[in-house]
Amino acid sequence: MAVQDNIGSSAPRTSLLNDPVVRGILYQIIVGGLVVAFFYWIIVNTAQNLAAQNKTTGFDFLFRTAGFDISFTLFPWSRTSFYWQAFLAGLLNTLLVAVIGIFFATLLGFALGIARLSSNWLIARVATVYIETIRNIPLLLQLFFWYFAVLKAMPAVRASFELPLEIFINQRGLMVPRPMPDAEFTWVLVAIVLSLIAAIAVGIWATRVRTATGRYPPRVVQAAKIADAVVSFLVAALAFSLLAQYVPALANASPLIWAAAVIVAAASLSRFAPYARAIVAFALTFVILATLLRAMFPVWHTAAIDIGAAIAGVVMGWILLEGTRNRPPSEGRFPIALLILIAAGIPALVYIVTGAQLAFEVPVLERFNFKGGVQLPPELVALVFGLTVYTAAFIAENVRGGIRSVNKGQTEAAQSLGLKEGDRLRLVIVPQAMRVIVPPLTSQYLNLTKNSSLGAAIGYPELVNVFTGTTLNQTGKAIEVIALTMAVYLTFSLLTSAFMNWYNGRVAMVER
Amino acid sequence: MQKTLVTIALAASLGLGATAAHADTLSDVKAKGYIQCGVTGGVAGFSAPDANNVWAGLEVDFCRAVAAAVFNNADSVRYTPLTSQERFAALSAGEIDILSRTTTWTMSRDTDLGISFVGTMYYDGQGFMVRKADGIESALDLSGAAICIESGTTTELNAADYFAANNLEFNTVVFVDQDEVVKAYEDGRCDVYTTDASALAAERSKFAVPDDHEILPEIISKEPLGPVVRQGDDLWFKINRWAYYALLEAEELGVTSANVDEMLGSDNPAVKRLLGVEGDFGAPIGLTKDWAYQIIKLVGNYGEAFERNVGPSTDIGLERGLNALWTNGGLQYAPPIR
Repeated sequence: MAVQDNIGSSAPRTSLLNDPVVRGILYQIIVGGLVVAFFYWIIVNTAQNLAAQNKTTGFDFLFRTAGFDISFTLFPWSRTSFYWQAFLAGLLNTLLVAVIGIFFATLLGFALGIARLSSNWLIARVATVYIETIRNIPLLLQLFFWYFAVLKAMPAVRASFELPLEIFINQRGLMVPRPMPDAEFTWVLVAIVLSLIAAIAVGIWATRVRTATGRYPPRVVQAAKIADAVVSFLVAALAFSLLAQYVPALANASPLIWAAAVIVAAASLSRFAPYARAIVAFALTFVILATLLRAMFPVWHTAAIDIGAAIAGVVMGWILLEGTRNRPPSEGRFPIALLILIAAGIPALVYIVTGAQLAFEVPVLERFNFKGGVQLPPELVALVFGLTVYTAAFIAENVRGGIRSVNKGQTEAAQSLGLKEGDRLRLVIVPQAMRVIVPPLTSQYLNLTKNSSLGAAIGYPELVNVFTGTTLNQTGKAIEVIALTMAVYLTFSLLTSAFMNWYNGRVAMVER
Repeated sequence: MQKTLVTIALAASLGLGATAAHADTLSDVKAKGYIQCGVTGGVAGFSAPDANNVWAGLEVDFCRAVAAAVFNNADSVRYTPLTSQERFAALSAGEIDILSRTTTWTMSRDTDLGISFVGTMYYDGQGFMVRKADGIESALDLSGAAICIESGTTTELNAADYFAANNLEFNTVVFVDQDEVVKAYEDGRCDVYTTDASALAAERSKFAVPDDHEILPEIISKEPLGPVVRQGDDLWFKINRWAYYALLEAEELGVTSANVDEMLGSDNPAVKRLLGVEGDFGAPIGLTKDWAYQIIKLVGNYGEAFERNVGPSTDIGLERGLNALWTNGGLQYAPPIR
């Protein structure tokens, strides 16, 4: 009898409440309802309290005149600008610091992370000491240190360091001439963009061909040889004519300079290329160092400066000589000179052909400070520097962890193929390490962006200083201002996160 | 109804109640047993910890005067150092009962922030401090100068106004904290340090070589500095206002902390009313009859507080100037107590 009961019926029926699917949906509805109710209560409560405190609310203050000054903005600012423009100024200043900081912190962080794993005892120790020191000191203290140390080290306005090209450094910041392009110059700008794209395209194409066939396309190799010679010639001409400024005997010997440059260009096509390169490197290093040091320390003996610069030049030349000793022949080298020539040569041609004029507005010393030109305030420099140095230490640890996560067998396999250490890292290890490095790297980028708000303490006019500082105080609209600021940082974070996740998807291991 | 129920249930479950704004500060203060007073992080002479780490200054003395009137004990005060950015929020949120922190009385603050200004403890004006070595005679020579300013102050707006009005160029460097402003000026980041003239004098007294710096003659703004209380509590507001007037009235009548006890026997009806010998002026504001006697006995009159904290005999060395009593050609004037 009981046997017949089960005929034709499916599984035993449970009550709805015990069905896992229904229960899941029910839980989610309850949780969702609680979250909505919670936020509703927060908002209502805030509104009630604001009313009780006799405060007016709303975002209309954004369209009132600000009436204060901002020391550094990326667009024209006057005291008659509106509060929303103050918001924008702070936002752009934050973005500026974040972008520059992220760029340099990544470079420095990767270098340090790889250095800490170096087989060279000294390099590894230096990197370790750097990372451990920087990681364990609060960022705000470091920012104060950099800001006030930099300030103290800089000369007063009257005694500014004068660098060549009308560049000045003093306690008010770095003053550089402002380019004043005329109408024709737009063609040059267009040419710069197009030739950059062209150079990158050629680079990618050449690499693809090489990956597919094992050699660069013959036409690229030919062009690269010529480009090598041209670039060598130009750099050598520049270096020697600068050197001639320093050596009185060469002052009027322009034929000699051109001849020397031609010799260097010819040598770059022969097996003596490394020596030619080393000589040019020596000349450039010597000139740059001597000029900088003479400008910055006028009290020092010029002879001492010259000797120091000469020694540095010799060291630089020797490093190049050693570094290029066992370079592959030009057929197996990435055609970097060609790309430089494309990117720089075409705009230069356009510049000459169109007859464009590029005038410069030069900073001029007035009673208190230089006027004109572009001025980078010390607050910006100190903040970018501090954030870079600090975040790089953390990025370095991420990089080290990522590289450590790659199986040692990979290194050995790369060694057995005869790859040098640089190539081993570049081609085998780091690409595999990236999938481990990128997620924590994203966090570091977000940290850097958020930490830029500490710039308020050293007088850099970023979002927190301009908006939650000055604007909030002048308007008293705490809730609105803080909400906007939070929204900004949240947006930054989500955008960075989205980009890094996209990138992570690209570098992740492709499973087969 | 449903919504309210949800809200109440949530509030209860989270252990939070929707806090209504308190409107009986006097009862709260009496229940606590002390007054929470918002002060600066340290402006010498106005509110700063002294050598024994006890808060002292003209603004501190105001809080002490109110405590003397409420508790008959001027020491029943606790202090909260606030930055200029935090101060109004701390007051609105009820973290402090009185804000006595070099705060300039302006219309927008008085009408739009849910706070009320009690009176003017110190008539001040914004000035400029420069290095003597720069050879600047007047503020009109300052075109192109870099100026260090503390953020969230009327100072910021006044400087912009003044320079715009006189067609002078300038650039400001704005810091969140007073200490960094002064340090940046000292390190040569700025040519000028600007804030209220009284604070300039206070900061100058702390420099290594005060004589290297001078305060320019121009005073470019009106900066009436005074204590502030939350809006919507009239009783507390009036207690504060009359504590301030009692300080002035005492000086005008020549009552000091030294002679207040013998003044109890004075024949002057105004002195009798002030010290609670005649009439009861304390009851309507919820205080005892001798409220003003306590203030003068424990804190002194306005002139004494001024002399003790910022007067010519101190390091800060400010003259009475506008802050003299009206009887001496100044602006300090109290309505009669009668």
